[in-house]
Amino acid sequence: MTDSSLAELSNTLFSVSVALYSAALVAYCAELAFGRRRRRAEELVGAETGQGGGVALADRPAAGTAAETPGANRWGVVALGVTVLGALTHAGVLLTRGLATDRLPWGNMYEFATAVVLVAVVAFVVFAVRSPNLRHIGVFMMAPVILSLVAIGLGLYTEAAPVVAALRSYWLAIHVTAAILGFGIFMVSGIASVLYLVRSRPGAEAGTGLVSRLPSPAALDRLAHRTAVFGFPIWTFAVIAGAIWAEAAWGRFWGWDPKETWSFVAWVVYAAYLHARTTAGWRGRPAAWVNVVGLAVMIFNLTFVNLVSTGLHSYAGVD
Amino acid sequence: MSVEAPARPATPPPPPSGPSAGRRVGALLLRWWRRLTAMRTAIILLFLLALAAVPGSLLPQRSLSQNNVRQYFTDHPDLAPVLDDLYLFDVFSSPWFAAIYLLLFLSLIGCVLPRAAEHFRSLRTPPPPAPRNLLRLPDSGRLDSSLPPAAALDVVEEELRVRRFRVVRRETAGGPELSAEKGYLKETGNLLFHLSLLALLLGLAGGKMWGYEGSILVTEGQGFCNSFQQYDTYSSGPLVDSGDLSSMCVDLEQFRAEYEENLTASSFTADIRYGDPQGEERKTTIGVNEPLRIDGDRVYVTGHGFSPTFSVTLPDGTAFTDVATPFLPTDQRTLASEGALKLPDLGAGQDDQLAIEGFFAPTGLLQGGVLTSVDPRPLAPQVAIIAYQGYLGLDSGLPQSVYSLDRSQIERGRLTEVGAANLRVGESLDLPDGTQVTFTGYKEFAALQYSHDPGQLWVLAAAVALLGGLLGLLLLRRERVFARAGSAPDGSGTVLTIASLARGGGESGPRFTELSDELRAALTAAAPRTAPSDPEVPPRD
Ligand code: HEM
Repeated sequence: MTDSSLAELSNTLFSVSVALYSAALVAYCAELAFGRRRRRAEELVGAETGQGGGVALADRPAAGTAAETPGANRWGVVALGVTVLGALTHAGVLLTRGLATDRLPWGNMYEFATAVVLVAVVAFVVFAVRSPNLRHIGVFMMAPVILSLVAIGLGLYTEAAPVVAALRSYWLAIHVTAAILGFGIFMVSGIASVLYLVRSRPGAEAGTGLVSRLPSPAALDRLAHRTAVFGFPIWTFAVIAGAIWAEAAWGRFWGWDPKETWSFVAWVVYAAYLHARTTAGWRGRPAAWVNVVGLAVMIFNLTFVNLVSTGLHSYAGVD
Repeated sequence: MSVEAPARPATPPPPPSGPSAGRRVGALLLRWWRRLTAMRTAIILLFLLALAAVPGSLLPQRSLSQNNVRQYFTDHPDLAPVLDDLYLFDVFSSPWFAAIYLLLFLSLIGCVLPRAAEHFRSLRTPPPPAPRNLLRLPDSGRLDSSLPPAAALDVVEEELRVRRFRVVRRETAGGPELSAEKGYLKETGNLLFHLSLLALLLGLAGGKMWGYEGSILVTEGQGFCNSFQQYDTYSSGPLVDSGDLSSMCVDLEQFRAEYEENLTASSFTADIRYGDPQGEERKTTIGVNEPLRIDGDRVYVTGHGFSPTFSVTLPDGTAFTDVATPFLPTDQRTLASEGALKLPDLGAGQDDQLAIEGFFAPTGLLQGGVLTSVDPRPLAPQVAIIAYQGYLGLDSGLPQSVYSLDRSQIERGRLTEVGAANLRVGESLDLPDGTQVTFTGYKEFAALQYSHDPGQLWVLAAAVALLGGLLGLLLLRRERVFARAGSAPDGSGTVLTIASLARGGGESGPRFTELSDELRAALTAAAPRTAPSDPEVPPRD
């Protein structure tokens, strides 16, 4: 295949991924809708035995899966399957780009952001496979994923092209790959914290809406923390690798360029989140807020800093 | 140690038996020190540092671009001076940024050193005795065994040692017991992380104090030596003595820029000769991502452009041949460039000075008399020049840019335009007085940067240690296991009470269940004649 037809294939796969993720979103909705019947049944059981612990039940892995109605379960498995298909075509977007341009497919902002979203989807799938209970956040994962991809496709799209001289270094593979992994994992963490904040609002327990069908606050908090613990060293490494590269490429390892400044800010916010979660008085909702601020800083660092301010990190390639 | 201050009758009556002034100050200082070194304070200071960095990324900074700051002053004449008074154009070298940085430094020292001492002590002390009521701990349970108490504990000890626990046995009134601990490396990682943070701050500060950086544009065939007088711009730390700069000279032999089909630059390389002026000279090639590194100093290529060359022949026959001056790129895509050639000294008997200001296009295109550049490669070089004669004002005492003429000299009529033309290579412009200016070609210039940062390797080592400490701190678990053996109520065998305490690294419940399952299996294997019995796990509440 020629480079231009590969690049075109990449664009097609991008649309296919968005379509598949949308289909998965519908299936996750169906799973939640069928789950409603399950909940009523559980509440009945709860009332009979006088335990009334519907949430705790759903949270206990054995009880949770056993109580799943076959319908809901089927939809859940379909949703996960379609998500995996979507992730495969999504990976294909990057693969074909890489082949078309003969370089790593994260040389500009379009490719970078696309890869970040892919990491988030893969991280979610890993968690959802390992504990099916977390599958219930699928709707809330897929919605931001689809929105991000549409925004990336419309706002950041760049033709497949070679990169400038400064980016032709093995540090692209090291620094940017780490940044993508860190960012993608933080995205899952941030979404989990947002859901935790919604779910742990006073009164959320009692509701019968979508919110009450989310995993328990404890499970969401655990997901947010574990992903942040995983992402933080990776992000630290990404910043250090960036500094090492900057020393070779720009003549100094740290110069408070806007990108450097905001990476530092994000790092500090995540360090504060990890601390807050183990500090009395900050556990729970305040810590979750810090995590959400962390994700906001990451997104700001990607969008505002690349598109509005001027700095050395102008690989963005968006005209 | 404390010194009693003499009683001072003039002061208002002190509270009954109040501490002396000296002690009060001491106590106050101690309280402040405690507050400063609390972990909460460190986090707040860290947050403040992040917050303080924000204006540095939203407002133009002198350290990044003097021009942008000047532009901001023209755009916001009222606001800019106020912001300037608050150091908002020099955030990262401002006193308040330094204040936060130094407080954080103190806070970290105050909190990390005592912890390090304590950790060192705990490494050499055995795990603490088991709490009296083990079943109170969240992860605890009972195991039955037909072995006698000491033998049952032996089995547990063996199992824990295999899992790399440090184990001590104690005889207590409640029976033989065992304490085990592992995961000291988690705390070591924690300390390593925080100490590296300190080392990193020190390295940064050292680099700022003793480091310097100079930039210069060098045209092919020319060179520079490492001294502040030679650089176009330089910055240096407060402790740099300009006499101590390493003696090093660099000459640019040739510069090459290569492009892809779509004109994306694919590589820039500069062939240079370098060395101590007294010593031998070496040759190398440097380029983007590949600086020259010599004994803690580095030489970088940070940009490039063209230096058009002109020959000037005066009416009396005096000739200046192939004089080159760098023209600064105004458009990085096409390398359209602007610059000025100044000839202040035309020789004896020449009162007037000569200047040529112009526009250089590596690949020129003339459209309606206006020259533009369409390609960064020098395929068809052209210049559009204006020639001036008169007084340049170079010795007026006011600094002026090497790359443009002083407008005020033109406005005051001291420098007058005497001719203008668009020229290809080899073409000339004849001035009214008979002077001939010929565009003879071009050379490439490289923007070179000479850097010295003695803290750099130190910072790198600290950053690597920081990451290592972080991994240990986040991924390892610190775990204590206690076990106590008592005789079973019916006198046949032993009841083992076991409990564990864990910090960090995921869920403790499932791991405890796993451990007790394995202990039970080991106990059963050690006493094969007896049927295994279930542990009784008391309800948790
Ligand atoms: C007063 C100074 C500080 C003290 C006493 C301190 C103490 C601690 C402690 C006890 C932990 C382990 C938390 C746990 O129990 O799991 C920890 C973890 C950590 N510290 Fe600090 N810290 C200080 C300052 C800082 C600073 C300035 C940073 C800067 C980034 C930082 C970053 C971290 C990180 C990222 C972790 C991992 C969090 C976790 O394990 O959940 N600390 N620190």
